[in-house]
Amino acid sequence: MNLEFTEEMVMLQDSLNKFVQNEYDFETRQKISREGIGYKEANWQSFADMGLLGVPFDEQYGGFGFGQTGLIVVMEAMGKGLMLEPYLASVVLGGQLVQLAGSETQKEQLLPQLIGGELKLAFAYVERQARYNLSDVECRAESKGEGFVLNGSKSVVFNAETADKIIVAARTSGDTISQQGLSLFIVDPTAEGVTARHYETYDGLRASELNFDQVNLDADALLGTLDQAYPVIESVIDSAAAAICAEGVGVVSQLRQKTVEYLQTRKQFNQPIGNFQVLQHRAVDMFMAEEQMRSLSYLAAIKVTEGESHERIKSVSAAKVYLGDARAIVGEQAAQLHGGIGVTDELDVAHYVKRLGLLNTLFGDRDYHLQRFSQQ
Amino acid sequence: MDLNYSPEEQAFQLEVREFLQQHYPKDIQDKVANGIALKKDDYVRWQKILAKQGWVAPGWPEQYGGPGWTPVQKYIFDEECGAANCLRTVAFGLVMLAPVLMKFGTDEQLEKYLADIYNSDVWWCQGYSEPNAGSDLASLQTKAERQGDHYIVNGSKTWTTHGHYADKMFTLVRTSQEDRKQKGISFLLIDMDAPGVSTSPIVTIDGMHVVNQVFLEDVKVPVENLVGVEGDGWTIAKSLLMHERTYIAQVPRSKKQIERLKKIASEERYNGKPLIEDASFKAKISAIEIELMALEMTNLRVLSKISAGEAPGAESSLLKIKGTEVQQAITALLMESVGYFAFPYNKTTMTEGWQEDPIGHPQAAMLAPHYFDWRKSSIYGGSNEIQKNIMAKAVLGL
Repeated sequence: MNLEFTEEMVMLQDSLNKFVQNEYDFETRQKISREGIGYKEANWQSFADMGLLGVPFDEQYGGFGFGQTGLIVVMEAMGKGLMLEPYLASVVLGGQLVQLAGSETQKEQLLPQLIGGELKLAFAYVERQARYNLSDVECRAESKGEGFVLNGSKSVVFNAETADKIIVAARTSGDTISQQGLSLFIVDPTAEGVTARHYETYDGLRASELNFDQVNLDADALLGTLDQAYPVIESVIDSAAAAICAEGVGVVSQLRQKTVEYLQTRKQFNQPIGNFQVLQHRAVDMFMAEEQMRSLSYLAAIKVTEGESHERIKSVSAAKVYLGDARAIVGEQAAQLHGGIGVTDELDVAHYVKRLGLLNTLFGDRDYHLQRFSQQ
Repeated sequence: MDLNYSPEEQAFQLEVREFLQQHYPKDIQDKVANGIALKKDDYVRWQKILAKQGWVAPGWPEQYGGPGWTPVQKYIFDEECGAANCLRTVAFGLVMLAPVLMKFGTDEQLEKYLADIYNSDVWWCQGYSEPNAGSDLASLQTKAERQGDHYIVNGSKTWTTHGHYADKMFTLVRTSQEDRKQKGISFLLIDMDAPGVSTSPIVTIDGMHVVNQVFLEDVKVPVENLVGVEGDGWTIAKSLLMHERTYIAQVPRSKKQIERLKKIASEERYNGKPLIEDASFKAKISAIEIELMALEMTNLRVLSKISAGEAPGAESSLLKIKGTEVQQAITALLMESVGYFAFPYNKTTMTEGWQEDPIGHPQAAMLAPHYFDWRKSSIYGGSNEIQKNIMAKAVLGL
């Protein structure tokens, strides 16, 4: 047993921390978030140059083959810097769907471009009525000649506005909510019949509502086996959920550090407020949550890599439950311990708190994952 | 023990209910129900309607225009207002300053200020907190130096709610340095349009502007604007904080929010069924309802004591902590009820006249900003940690 990162991972971690330090101070982040597409294209190119976009992919397509361990290193840094670039949407979700389900041709066509930074992907899987149920899919693709015709809507698709291709989960057979009969399609967002409504999310990222009205798809738009997409979707969403648990660790470590600094410097009653035991204990609660989260995030990464589904589901859901708890133990406490300033827009703390709130919901909230764990 | 209202109280309840049905403006009701940002004019309009009815200042003695209600009648009024989604009257003039003037002010001050407060013609804000005086309010440093028949005021106040709307501000200022920091503080009334007063907006976590920082630079304030005795400001400030105990828990408002939560949860779907049929979601609603049930009964016990002529003590701290905890838990569950649809953020959905189609549930857009913004409730009005200190000392003798 060895729970230390390899030298390669440590190097990756160092270069990311340096990037956050040099390119991603809070003011810059806020400026990027409020303008245009909500992230910086030049940063995406830097990601490509640093090799970040190839972290989870096989070397034969130009990737590093670092797998889930590589992803958690990247995502923790994304959390620390509150980075806005569409890494989760394009690499973790889109790229991994291609790697797992794609044909050799599709992989050769898409992955090198993705890794080089020339192609961005997004994954459309949420629907209005579905809440967190991944198999509650009403969006439908019917066979038509050689290809398909797609009808329906998808919600809260992160970074769809800047994606070159959108992977859409659609029902090709079976009843609503059935895990059987789901398929994945690669859709061109500029195709006729695709309409979109783009918006900002409360943590400063971008997402879209998409509508498909009689969208014609070629036969090679199908990604993976017809009707058999559910296990692929679940497995990639689990990888992404484990990845955002690592992002959560990054967010939480910043909140803990900033709160402790504040307790040490803010003076009331003629002393640093960190002298008060009741506040010390709360800071310790934050620290313990951070360490436990880190542990579960590592465990989830290991189990996602090993691939046995029962173990994977348990460990990912466990990590996600802890991430949900952190919303209160770390997020709400950080705001509370900062006092009024902790709930102002000008302080970075509020923005970490918001991201942590969103991460709880993303890929299913605490209650969903508690239930999912208990059903295993 | 009897929980029922007397026939007279029931008649009063009906009278209030009918009045609200007939006179509470529907457009303001819609804004409150949907969490739309409120404007100064909304408050003024509603408070003038209440003033005309004689109900705008339930806490005032009859001689100053109060309705002469019993504590139970005041509670019934609050309850009916909550149930009707009424806009809460702005407390600064009506609830905070007016009673201070009645107790400590001169006849001239009462003459000068009271009618304008009653009729909402002059808008007040509160200048208490400073950048370096939050929980430790008594360490405030804004200075007022006496020069002839004026004070010259220098310093800064912060978290000033509605500072950008206000005509006047009641402040705590330091008029002398004494051995104890609670001494040498005075209660001073300052015109917001006096030369040297400026406000700067503070944007909060929800992206909205309600609070401000106020800067005071060589502001000339006539000595007749001093309330009470110079150096007695801390006593006045403390008496002000004791007002309107039963108001603080906001039970009626929380009841209304739980109704709203249940409605949204019955309209949202999960696994092909209404979300409210999901066992774990239902259990979470129940847990809050139980907290609220206990809070309401505790609130009524305090009320009963006041009715019996007892002066309540540190129960207000308990009501503040539990009240804000319940409110915060409801905002969290409201946000959770719409799942992914809490994500879309559009500041204009929180302002009136918004016409676009909603994304997800029609009320979804406001729920995350409210959850984050409502974190403030356990910080303001004396943080919940300070309230626990008060109870440890005053109730438990620790």
